[in-house]
Amino acid sequence: MAASIDEKLVRHVALLARIQVSDQEVAQFTKILGDILAYVDKLQELDTSLVEPMAHAADVHTVLAEDLPQPSLPSEQALANAPDRQDDLYRVPKVIGEM
Amino acid sequence: MASLRQLSALGLRKAIAAGEVSALEAAREYLGAIDELDGQLHCFNQVHRDRALERAGAIDRKRAAGEPLGPLGGLPLAIKDNICTAYGKTTCSSKILADFHSPYDATAVSRLEAAGAVVLGKTNLDEFAMGSSTENSGFAPTRNPWDVSRVPGGSSGGSAAAAAARLCAAALGSDTGGSIRQPASFCGVVGLKPTYGRVSRYGLVAYGSSLDQIGPIARNVGDAALLLSVIAGHDGSDSTSLDRPVPDYLAELDKPLKNLRVGLVSEFHSQSLWPEIRQAVDRCAEAFGAAGAAVTEVSLPHSRIDAGPDGILSSYAVACYYVVAMAEASSNLARYDGVHYGHRTAKPVKDIIELYCRSRAEGFGQEVKRRIMLGTYALSAGYYEAYYLKALKVRRLIKNDFDAAFAKCDVLLGPTTPETAFPLGAKTADPLTMYLSDVYTISANLAGLPGISVPAGLSRENLPIGVQLLSGAFNEPVLLRAARLLEVALGPAPAPPLAGSN
Repeated sequence: MAASIDEKLVRHVALLARIQVSDQEVAQFTKILGDILAYVDKLQELDTSLVEPMAHAADVHTVLAEDLPQPSLPSEQALANAPDRQDDLYRVPKVIGEM
Repeated sequence: MASLRQLSALGLRKAIAAGEVSALEAAREYLGAIDELDGQLHCFNQVHRDRALERAGAIDRKRAAGEPLGPLGGLPLAIKDNICTAYGKTTCSSKILADFHSPYDATAVSRLEAAGAVVLGKTNLDEFAMGSSTENSGFAPTRNPWDVSRVPGGSSGGSAAAAAARLCAAALGSDTGGSIRQPASFCGVVGLKPTYGRVSRYGLVAYGSSLDQIGPIARNVGDAALLLSVIAGHDGSDSTSLDRPVPDYLAELDKPLKNLRVGLVSEFHSQSLWPEIRQAVDRCAEAFGAAGAAVTEVSLPHSRIDAGPDGILSSYAVACYYVVAMAEASSNLARYDGVHYGHRTAKPVKDIIELYCRSRAEGFGQEVKRRIMLGTYALSAGYYEAYYLKALKVRRLIKNDFDAAFAKCDVLLGPTTPETAFPLGAKTADPLTMYLSDVYTISANLAGLPGISVPAGLSRENLPIGVQLLSGAFNEPVLLRAARLLEVALGPAPAPPLAGSN
């Protein structure tokens, strides 16, 4: 089952994870992610064909709050930690552009 | 009063309530000790001196006015820095949150303060609670007060070291795979991970949401029971917080334990366990027997631990845990985008994707990146079933083992850790060996069960050894009473020499 981890895959996963990686980091991640996945492959020893997956331990499912209007965080407080802002807005670089 | 810091939380509460000590004196004494010792230990990321003194003064004024002080009236406490406070910073010991100010208090914090606690400051941790030594802190490692060349364990290493060194009366930690119990064991204090859903996670910065739980780290079982009574209970702001009555855990402690059934986990008595730790577990089993408990061997087959030819311990539970925890981490940590809060790269970027990628690369440390990458991979198309879904099925098998064991026993007994505190740097080069520090604690998180680490003497190297007790869900009253029984049988846990012994 062990998928082979190569540098191309590590670069792809890093992009999915939105983490820029240096060439040196790609080499390091390729090694360590391969080691961890080889360790995790131990799970394949177990026959789980008849087992229900267990996503969490609390014996509750989809607790819904009553749909009532409530005060929310004032925008000044919400923006207080923003790295960059303009008026009541977060400021970001161009999202759609000529690539 | 030179011995003020030697009082337990319960002892100090009594002294403050009786007017023998003022809350202000207590706060000053602890702040003075932090000034004296924390340069060496680095338990605290921040100390909120002025606020603590102000809060302590308010407690004293209440007392003067004859008002009730609350169950924690005047107790100086420390809070792990991944638990939000509306004052100061909440950094998770990460560069990405180095200047983050939470707009609100975690429910656990507001409950402590409403009960009269005086928060001294925020304690160091492995970045985002990912680690077992506090060496993954983005700022500086915390040192073990028993031997400053060794780690305090992690990820709640700052809280455990502060509690052990008497830099606070008690502390809050969080436990995702052992992060309360393992450092408590390394530092010679009591660490309790409550049942999943017992304590609100609102305001606990999310790592593995199906595993995380806030709990107390204290010098003795009674102090831990006191804190749990305050922080436990339903909270509408956390949909996984369960609406069940909260017993008075402290009052429950004094009830006699009749017909206690203790299970000795045979899989945890493996050959890889250090002889000194195995002997400590055996001593505890004897103590239970001598107190009239029935001690039997029980089996948790899917938590079995095998020593491989390379010395690496192999365990289904560890493998299962890392897939689940890393998958949850990768989605929880997607929120750190350099837009809404947290670090943003100062370098010029051509578009928003590059802004995300650079900000996250600069802000996260290596272990956090590893876990996000692995979790992203495990959740990605084509691998989801083989890794994530498989791990969730194995999680069910692990839980079923516990259900079978708790049909026969009230509590399970085993070691907390495979070894005592290790030297700084001993495991940083090999993440896999670091992960194995949690080999005995991880199963309880997967199954959502409560667990407690209790000090069980010192090794020949003069380092604390901890034993772990586990119980069924919401059976904390029995778990705490069993822990208390051990504490009484083994005698009070010693303080590290550095904490002073007057």
